[in-house]
Amino acid sequence: MVARRKEKKSQNRIFIPLEGLNQTLENLSKHFTVWVPMPSGENEWSLEFKPLHRGCKILLDRQSTLPPKKVILPQGQTLIEYEYKKSESDPSKQDLVLREVIDESPIIVFGTRPCDVRGFLVCDKVFLQGRYIDVYYRARRLNTLFATLFCREADDACFCSSVGSGPADMEGSDIGITPIDGGWILEGLTDRASEIFSLCDCEAPDEKQIEDARRVQEEVRSMRVGNLRTDGVLEGVKGQFQNMELWRDIAESCLSCGVCTYVCPTCYCFTITDEPQGLRGERLRSWDSCMFYQYTQEASGHNPRPTKLERYRNRLGHKFSYFPLRYSGMIACCGCGRCIRSCPVSIDIRQGVERVREAHHGCVCS
Amino acid sequence: MAVYVPNPYLPEIGTVTEVIPETPNIKTIRVLLRDPERMKNFNFRPGQVAQLSVFGVGEATFVINSPPTCKDYLQFSVMKVGEVTNRIHQLVPGDIIGVRGPLGNGFPYEMMEGKDILFIAGGIGMAPLRTLLLFMLENKNNYGEISLIYGARTPQDMCYRYEIPVWQKRGVNVVLTVDTEAPGWTHRVGFVPTVLSEEAPSPKDRIAIVCGPPIMIKFVLFGLRELGFEDWQIYTTLEKRMKCGIGICGRCNMGEKFVCLDGPVFSMEELQSMVPEL
Repeated sequence: MVARRKEKKSQNRIFIPLEGLNQTLENLSKHFTVWVPMPSGENEWSLEFKPLHRGCKILLDRQSTLPPKKVILPQGQTLIEYEYKKSESDPSKQDLVLREVIDESPIIVFGTRPCDVRGFLVCDKVFLQGRYIDVYYRARRLNTLFATLFCREADDACFCSSVGSGPADMEGSDIGITPIDGGWILEGLTDRASEIFSLCDCEAPDEKQIEDARRVQEEVRSMRVGNLRTDGVLEGVKGQFQNMELWRDIAESCLSCGVCTYVCPTCYCFTITDEPQGLRGERLRSWDSCMFYQYTQEASGHNPRPTKLERYRNRLGHKFSYFPLRYSGMIACCGCGRCIRSCPVSIDIRQGVERVREAHHGCVCS
Repeated sequence: MAVYVPNPYLPEIGTVTEVIPETPNIKTIRVLLRDPERMKNFNFRPGQVAQLSVFGVGEATFVINSPPTCKDYLQFSVMKVGEVTNRIHQLVPGDIIGVRGPLGNGFPYEMMEGKDILFIAGGIGMAPLRTLLLFMLENKNNYGEISLIYGARTPQDMCYRYEIPVWQKRGVNVVLTVDTEAPGWTHRVGFVPTVLSEEAPSPKDRIAIVCGPPIMIKFVLFGLRELGFEDWQIYTTLEKRMKCGIGICGRCNMGEKFVCLDGPVFSMEELQSMVPEL
């Protein structure tokens, strides 16, 4: 009894050697779907999270090109299956049978970064903490664990420390991953971690490895990533709402391609459509984008956001003003920089924020 | 762990019990939810909306225009403008329809108690006002004088024509108008804003509730202000493209407000504090 308790206690940290990563995660994949960052295609220039398969290449050396958003909020997802049938009680009548498709299978996302998880904390506000609870999001969210890296790979586009997070932010994560020489130290952050560690079949780290990890964490904690200032933007968006010269300045080169929303961990907008196949079919939810004209177009033909200026204003406004106004100050941006890296015309949301700030402060002074 | 959370995307299954043609492009349908318990407990405020759902085509948002006390059916008036509304127009009694609701805020009728009420409607804009009008008639002692200015393009474009005499009998002061002269038309001729300024109702202790096409609303607001109405005395209901109807999917926002969740009813005072993105 005593021995077992001791063993459990020692399992709050495990060490995974470099060459043991795939095997360890394969052990876990008997019980969970394990999502890991791997190359999108043949080459390695683009990374995305995919379910682990035997012999796959797991790349933890840089941020993934696409965030793990689709793990919880799939790009396309069946909400309801429907079928029209003859009524059993009255064959002259039709019946409609509806089936909710709710996925509660257990998932581990291994190798997220603080910005990735921050994205879900933002989405949680909308899907779980409003007047209505999104049962589809909830089912996947509650059954998903995150093993998150202490992030040492910030580049010029990163600014997580400017938006309430940071490279050592473990909020929302169940396991912290610290890269050290020769492997990774995994550390349990929530109760759910010990169950994982018991399935991993790994050694506990030795004293030196623990000390190495401590040093790495200290280094990451001391990092400040990004120097964006967001003061005044909350009010500034509304104050500058009709300053179309400003918005033209910010968004004139926008192509309305929507890639910024596609790669964004905090962009969650969706559409709902029906896909019929004869008398049965599915009601689907799919990612949508506020960058698209059709997104707000009404049946009458009227569109409240008819040009890219209104649409970009809404995207920036939503992230830095409307969302924090609605959800106790939280900025709906995780500072991952993906929109900046992916934009084909090099629009930098930080510059937009900066211009709104300047215009706003300029206004206040004059 | 297994906490039951209702699925806000799952419609109730209902049956169309009656279809009433209103105008060449508007039909009113009455729907009975199949589950008698759900029907009995379907409580809503005047002005709240529901998503009507034809599986295989999709969903669209409509105001529930029957009064909340009516437990025999839920009533919706549907203008044919898109795919879903086209399909709804093909429904006949006995057909199945999904209902998701009630959604949205509804009218703040409590704060209108003791006041005179002026309804101003144009075309299909009468639908959201009908439910409140009937609700107020049921609680007539709580309100002062109830009047209605209702305009449509032609007499044939006027909804609920068959009911208007009943409303008048129950004490509503009704002024009807159409855009241009029409054979047999004995009421007013002219646009709603013009008729409003001719009628010139006093703003004293009166609440104005406006719904209609955007251009009508714009000039009616102008007229009401001319007459001395203040922004807190004026209410309207907004329309936006909607999908989820529950403040999640994102598209119907005006700044930090969602029309589906925080609206569709707003006072002019609230609208003034929101971003102008109509």
